[in-house]
Amino acid sequence: MDKRSSFLQGVRDLSPILLGVLPFGLICGAVGVAAGMPEWAATSLSAIVFAGASQLVAVQLMDQNASVAVVILTGLIINARFLMYSASIAPHLKDASPLGKLGLAYLLTDQAYATSVFRFGRDDLPMPDKIRYYLGAGLTLWVAFNLTTALGAYLGAIIPPQWELDFAIPLTFTALVIPAVKDRPAALAAAAAGCVALLAVGLPYNLGLMAAAVCGIAAGCLAEREQRHG
Amino acid sequence: MVDMTTYWPVALGIGAGTLLIRYSFILIMDKVTLPDLVHRMLRFIPASVLPALIFPAVFLHQSGDAVAWAGPERTVAWLAAVLIAWKTRNILATIAAGMAVLWLLKALA
Repeated sequence: MDKRSSFLQGVRDLSPILLGVLPFGLICGAVGVAAGMPEWAATSLSAIVFAGASQLVAVQLMDQNASVAVVILTGLIINARFLMYSASIAPHLKDASPLGKLGLAYLLTDQAYATSVFRFGRDDLPMPDKIRYYLGAGLTLWVAFNLTTALGAYLGAIIPPQWELDFAIPLTFTALVIPAVKDRPAALAAAAAGCVALLAVGLPYNLGLMAAAVCGIAAGCLAEREQRHG
Repeated sequence: MVDMTTYWPVALGIGAGTLLIRYSFILIMDKVTLPDLVHRMLRFIPASVLPALIFPAVFLHQSGDAVAWAGPERTVAWLAAVLIAWKTRNILATIAAGMAVLWLLKALA
């Protein structure tokens, strides 16, 4: 692949996911303004944090006058999943310079991560192509998310809530996860994580998400060991 | 209402902290060698984290601290989307199928 085509392949592979990201960006912008933030603040939050779920929770907590420390800590717990993504994608990006890695890390999202690891798992790309592919996917998401946040902030809630466009978010994740559930251990990991997430939904600070991920990973590893020895 | 004196500490605090989390392993991975067990665990990250985000959004309805079952419409729409995702591996088709079934069921209700 030449330089341009691996970048463009990343852009192309991420593009269909934008259908799920656009309503999310609109919601992030509209919710901030609805909570009394000026438009510039609701818009800039997406560029500074660039992690929608934690932004929604932060706005909600600030709206409830929670202390700064609680808001920051809660946001970081929700974003702790990026630690796992970072470890998982690191081998594919290790030839970048330390400063380049900082820029690549800033672009790490659920969508760019999932799109990239599935492509890297299927095709054996050389390292520079992997970095360009990831950059194409990450930048596409960044531009779309920030543009739609600004739209949501300045135009307000232009999408009627009865359309339930927030449902596009789990549908996006579903399309991303199905190719990863390719054997029994992975299916068990998915089922265990999903069920624990349902049971643990009442836990404070979104700890249920981390508990579910840990249980899923443990279930997958145990099933794989069983398979190998059994 | 959001007290705007808290905006910059919150935005910069979550922003910088999240960037450090994202940077962590991407920066140090080539300097440390991960044990085999960790490599096996990494394979299950997407298969675990994504369902943990999906299941509550499909099956539960949350408003504030109250949690209730979301009703059958989203479950049926999601199962249709799973089938399409499995058959086509196409993200756009998956989202379109799930939203179409949801809107249809709500229109019929």
